[in-house]
This record gives sequence, C-alpha cells and structure tokens, in this order.
Amino acid sequence: MKWLLVAIIAVSNTLGDVLNTAGMKRQGEVEDLRPRTLLGMVKKIFHNPLVLAGFGAMAVSFFALLSLLSIATVSFAVPATAISYLLETLLAKYILGEDVRWRRWAAASLVACGVVLLSF
Amino acid sequence: METSVQPAVGKIGNRSGWGKTQILVLLVVVTNVFGNIFLSRGMHQVGRIVSASPFDYLRAFANPWTILGICVLIVWILSDLALLSRADLSFVLPVTASGYVLVAFFGHFLLHDHISWARWTGILLITGGVVLAEETPTRTTTGPPEHLLPGHKR
Repeated sequence: MKWLLVAIIAVSNTLGDVLNTAGMKRQGEVEDLRPRTLLGMVKKIFHNPLVLAGFGAMAVSFFALLSLLSIATVSFAVPATAISYLLETLLAKYILGEDVRWRRWAAASLVACGVVLLSF
Repeated sequence: METSVQPAVGKIGNRSGWGKTQILVLLVVVTNVFGNIFLSRGMHQVGRIVSASPFDYLRAFANPWTILGICVLIVWILSDLALLSRADLSFVLPVTASGYVLVAFFGHFLLHDHISWARWTGILLITGGVVLAEETPTRTTTGPPEHLLPGHKR
C-alpha cells in the first residue's frame, strides 16, 4: 500500500509540475511581487486550462500524500519525490524545451540520490 | 509568438531578474517546509486515513495544525507558480530541494533528532545539487512551449 501511494505521488507530482510550468510560461512572467500583480496572476489561473489540469494532478498527489503521512512518517514520504526529480528534468528538456546541460542533470541526480539517502 | 528553439542563455537570467526570482525561491522553500511540518503534525493527531473517497479526508480538516498547514501550502503553491512563470522547471526543482537541508537542520538543532552518516551524506549531495543548479541561468526558454499552444500541429 505504501509503495503504491509512493508511485501515485511520483507520477501525479511530475504531471502537475510540468503542466503548471507550461501553463505559467504561457500566461506570462510575474514581473513583480506586489499584491496587485499576484492577485492578477491568481485571477488568470482560473482561465488557464494547463494550470487547472496541473492542480488536478496536484490534488491527486496531495491526497495520496495525506494517506501516506497517516500511515508512515515524513521520512517515508520524502523518497516518494526522489523519482520525480529525474522524470521531471527529462520532461523539462523534451516537453518544455528547456536547455538542460550537465550541471542540471548532475544537480537533479545529486538531489535524487540525496533524497534517497535521507530516508535511511 | 516567440519560439523556444534557440535558448538565449545569458540574455534572460539577468541581474535585476535574479533578485525577485531569488526571493520567490526562498518563499517557496520556507512555505513548503513549514506547510509540510504543520500538516504532518495535524495528520498524526488525526490518525490513519486510507480511502479513495475525498469525504473521509474531511475529518482531517477539523484539526488546527492541518488547517494551518493547508493555509501555508496555499501560499507555497502560489509562490511556486509565480516562480515557474519566471524560471525553468529544471532550475526550480534542484534549487528548491534546499528545503530538505532546512528540514534536516531544523530537526537536528531544534528537535535534537539524530542524523545518521547516511543522512548527512544525503544532505551534502543535495547541497551540491543546489549549488550546481544555482550556477545555471534561471531561464533558458523565451516564449511558452510552442507545441502546447492551441492550434499547433506536430
């Protein structure tokens, strides 16, 4: 049961982040951090199908995480996301068209390994 | 519509843009860490829930720690979206992983958790990943991903 929840979290987490990134890039950069600008961002989100779909994926991930946290400790919930670091970097390169070179691959790999080690 | 075929490295991640991006990174990390700590505390007080029905989770919302955790996580989601509007996902991911380091130090110095050698190694690897990602430009694409726009034919 724990590992099924871990898999659900990894996949829905990855989908959510990729959809949110695509949606926010399409919506345009948040130029400053004034409340008015941020309120405008929130209003636009409700008309942004990519971000709304991303929220759907995040909701699945969130409820799976709630379940996992109720039967396991936080340290068990942490490695669930380790897999999604590499998966998300892969999708960032090939779907989002980001310039992923050795530094970012190394960074994602180090973080994924580090997250696994943290669970010991 | 601008294309993202040729990444304009160095032109986009300028100094003035970095300040706000950095503030957002900090906000994302802190709200994520504390949101999860509060939520975890709440869920442990509520007890075991494994169900496919969202209604079974409503019980958890009666707990003040759960409510606080969810409020902080809403701030996290919004600051994460603002950050993703400005920076690459492959930049944001490793950089915001510094939250794990924060959790470990928080546990060690405030809750006096024992941190094993394996965990110290993990913290070191994550820190290395954060530093490496920080050396890359914050954004390497110009417009939105083309093929995700309406009307695009692959």
